[in-house]
Amino acid sequence: MTVQPLIQCRGLTKSYRKGDTLITPLRSLDLDVAAGEFLALMGPSGSGKTTLLNLIAGIDSPTAGELRIGGQDIARLSRSRLADWRSDNVGYIFQLYNLVPVLTAYENVELPLLLHRLSRRERHARVAAALQLVGIADRHDHYPRQLSGGQEQRVAIARAIVTDPKIIVADEPTGDLDAESAAAIMDLLSRLCDELGKTLVMVTHDARCAARARRTLHLEKGQLIEPGRLESREAAA
Amino acid sequence: MIAPRLLPTVLRQVFRHRTRTLLTAAGVAVAMFLFVTVQSLQQGVRAATEVTAADTTLIVYRENRFCPATSRLPERYAERIALVPGVVSVTPMKVVVNNCRASLDVVTFRGVPAEQVAPMAAKWRIVAGSLDDWHKRSDAALIGERMAERRRLRPGMSFDAAGVAVTIAGVIASGEPQDQNVAYVHLPFLQQAAATGAGLGVVTQFNVRVDDPARLRETAAMIDDLFRTDQDPTTTRPEKAFVAQVGSDVVEIVGFTRYLGWGCLAAVLALVANAIVLGVQDRVREHAVMQTLGFRGGLIARLIIAEGVVLGVLGGAAGTALAAAFLAWGRFSLSTEGLSIHVSPDLRTSAIGLAIAAGVGVVAGLVPALQAGRREIAQGFRAV
Repeated sequence: MTVQPLIQCRGLTKSYRKGDTLITPLRSLDLDVAAGEFLALMGPSGSGKTTLLNLIAGIDSPTAGELRIGGQDIARLSRSRLADWRSDNVGYIFQLYNLVPVLTAYENVELPLLLHRLSRRERHARVAAALQLVGIADRHDHYPRQLSGGQEQRVAIARAIVTDPKIIVADEPTGDLDAESAAAIMDLLSRLCDELGKTLVMVTHDARCAARARRTLHLEKGQLIEPGRLESREAAA
Repeated sequence: MIAPRLLPTVLRQVFRHRTRTLLTAAGVAVAMFLFVTVQSLQQGVRAATEVTAADTTLIVYRENRFCPATSRLPERYAERIALVPGVVSVTPMKVVVNNCRASLDVVTFRGVPAEQVAPMAAKWRIVAGSLDDWHKRSDAALIGERMAERRRLRPGMSFDAAGVAVTIAGVIASGEPQDQNVAYVHLPFLQQAAATGAGLGVVTQFNVRVDDPARLRETAAMIDDLFRTDQDPTTTRPEKAFVAQVGSDVVEIVGFTRYLGWGCLAAVLALVANAIVLGVQDRVREHAVMQTLGFRGGLIARLIIAEGVVLGVLGGAAGTALAAAFLAWGRFSLSTEGLSIHVSPDLRTSAIGLAIAAGVGVVAGLVPALQAGRREIAQGFRAV
């Protein structure tokens, strides 16, 4: 019996018009990602990796092709149904953290939970657990401006996992961090896969970060150019 | 509109730029202060001039006269009026004012026969002094509560206005607007003391009470028919219609102020809309992040509208409370020709003011909210 991949892209194409020019950042891309996999997407700027990430995260819609996640074709969902789907299934980690500056670390992590019918007690338990997991529980009442870049990214990771999504997408999560903080964040992301079984799709320019993934794919001009499968994280290390 | 658990997030956004928020709320407060004050003035006019189904009082005035100084009727008319079918009582009244023009501080003397005070007192509450004291002195005055508070007068004190010096025997409270700003004195005393009076036997008007409110105008016509060929013909109107006619200048001016009220609401709309637009422009990326987290466009729009409501209610509550406190403190009465229009704070006007402020907050937030709610996520990230 074949195990169905969690993410299945078939002929995935994204194009948009900029003035008179038709830009196609993604061309007829086929891709399968298994549940629990840690996939790194690499490629030069404009290669379509962030576009692919955004399509997988459901914050953009493909122009053509099929995008099935957990068996559901999310390209066919309405805008509001897609928002609900994101809330239940996806955690997004941004390069620049994108925390809400007027909310504390705790409140930032709590934000996606406000969309769910949970009691205050349940929300508190989940936020506390998420902050604990990313090792920033002692900074729960700090505002983003009172945190370092690494700490902000930890809060952003806590926010991404607090709803217990199946998929976590990360767009250059270490792009704005120093080497030490970047290594710590990569450790944390690896743990999300290894210990919590999350499926992680990460865009990165950093080969060291990509080496932490189980599989690395390279994109160029909107197409996959090489499978770039790595043997295993242990072997790579 | 939004789940209560989202309210703290809305409040955080409202107070994100404290100075901007406080300035906006202060502007809204000033505008709502003016709006509620104007509305209270309008309410005062309505209370004094709108004839209701339960009204039973007619005012008999000299035909073609609109000022107490020029309306002179023989006191003996009272006996003939009393014989008109449906008339319950007739009170001849001499009215003297210290200022014929519209003013916020007019003293109105009403001279009434001593034996007619008891039935009138049935609808009063004596809050200080006593009716007995009034009967004991010929220069005694029962003054309305508003006048007492405005001029800080108490029983036992003397004061004079329009050349009439009286001693205060009591302070009365009444639901009737025209009782709250007057000094009731003995009729013969006022007829003789008033410099503008024509002496004994002449009054300014008759206050006539009828048994059936439905026959108010019919009775008025019968009274006027009675004196049509006399030397001093009369014009008889329901009391509130009389106030509306005699104080028409003031009523018109107060009517005009409603435009000031609408102007205030426009100012509130502009202030809140400006604050919301600025706030939304600052947060295009943040809204894109929230949409990424799963917030629907509609919810983002509702959160923005809620911010408008909070701003409107915040400023509206402050302005409404200030207006209520100011009107309660000032006890203002706009008087003309001896008739008073009271400007009082009332709960209904305040509640309407607050609801309008909230409504204006909704309208002010509508356009930026819809724009933010409809914006594509990718477009939001590109905008900054």
